[in-house]
Amino acid sequence: MDLTMLLGTRKGLISYRNNHAGWTVENLSFEGQPVSIAYADPRTGTWWAGLDHGHWGVKLHRSMDRGAHWEEIPAPAYPQGEEIKEGIPATTRYIWAIAHGGDTHRSRLWLGTDPGGLFRSHDGGASFQLVESLWNHPSRKTGWLGGGRDQPGIHSIVVDPRNEDHIHIGISCAGIFETSDGGNHWEIRNNGLRAEFLPDPETGVGHDPHILVAAPSDPDTLWQQNHCGIFRSGDGARSWQEVSQKEGPARFGFAIAVAGDDPDQAWVAPARSDGNRIAINGGLCICRTDNGGKTWKELRKGLPQQNCFDIVYRHALATSGDALAFGTTTGNLFFSANRGESWETINNYLPMIYSLQFTN
Amino acid sequence: MPTVRFTYALKRFFPAIRDTTASSGTLPDILREMEGAYPGLQSYILDEQGNLRKHVNIFIDGELITDRLHLSDGCKENSEIYIMQALSGG
Repeated sequence: MDLTMLLGTRKGLISYRNNHAGWTVENLSFEGQPVSIAYADPRTGTWWAGLDHGHWGVKLHRSMDRGAHWEEIPAPAYPQGEEIKEGIPATTRYIWAIAHGGDTHRSRLWLGTDPGGLFRSHDGGASFQLVESLWNHPSRKTGWLGGGRDQPGIHSIVVDPRNEDHIHIGISCAGIFETSDGGNHWEIRNNGLRAEFLPDPETGVGHDPHILVAAPSDPDTLWQQNHCGIFRSGDGARSWQEVSQKEGPARFGFAIAVAGDDPDQAWVAPARSDGNRIAINGGLCICRTDNGGKTWKELRKGLPQQNCFDIVYRHALATSGDALAFGTTTGNLFFSANRGESWETINNYLPMIYSLQFTN
Repeated sequence: MPTVRFTYALKRFFPAIRDTTASSGTLPDILREMEGAYPGLQSYILDEQGNLRKHVNIFIDGELITDRLHLSDGCKENSEIYIMQALSGG
């Protein structure tokens, strides 16, 4: 196995590499600084880091040599005069998602930000421009809300490998949006979702998908861990069906991952509830479905089962082949070589983990 | 000529940064001049709309500036301008 786990944490970027000695730290960058997301572009091997300096603003860095050297490049910036809402200037508050544009658009890169702007690069990330068609969507100023953060944010960018101009994005709180022309036009795809935190739970916009993923083996199968349950779509997000457990733990949470080779196999990392964001009954479990969400299995072997308060943030659960891993809010990192059947602890003393990605 | 002094915290990102004299008069002009001396610096101090970042403070001759949006506070010919991090969070 030649795998790397790339972590974005509250105190830096950390990469773990699997070798004959097991998992060892290969690189530590941006020591002490919040890395809101760490991302490895599989096309080029370039590593990206979105930084969230408390004082100095949001920054963007990239490395061509696995973190040995970093280059700061201009962070995505909202055009002069743009406003989040009337009287509130639009500035980049957080980089929450990074995705490459695919093999047919080798120089294209996407960034999702708080306060709700999607940015696109045509030059490999040297510069980014706001996607104005989405920013000017008629639903934004009146229908998008903060969720977890003060302002709306784009945390999910899902590029269809069959047609890389076909993209779904997830916004908290607005919901799922789809473009079929590379970002010129957008459709809302929230049919079947519920927003129980709004007066009208079946509102067209204002939903809170915590994270959106597509099955690599069937991109028309999409999954989301939503604020109000787990939802699956088999028709490219045109309709959503809830697949949460009524009585079991698989219901509230932030993260979701789907198997690379099976659109019906997915994992979630349950937390107790939106009003009580801790592990359920003091124990950590990952839940897996092997049948598209009809049933869920609790995977606990090797995970702490008492006095545990960890939850898993939306970008901090990942899969690659049989490998599965997650990082927690309390800085624990767990790895499974068998799709979650059993777990080993990699580290108990990391900073709060914001993102985890498998790469080579 | 005004002198600009920077918090030590900026040395992490701009190792060469040090007390720097400016030739121009208004605060926005002075910050543009500092951007010329230390490329990239302005984005650490101002956001993309040109407003002072929430957790950055600028003092002119010991007084905290009051116009964080347009930076219209006046500078004298020999003013000392301090660019500091706000100690938000303790």
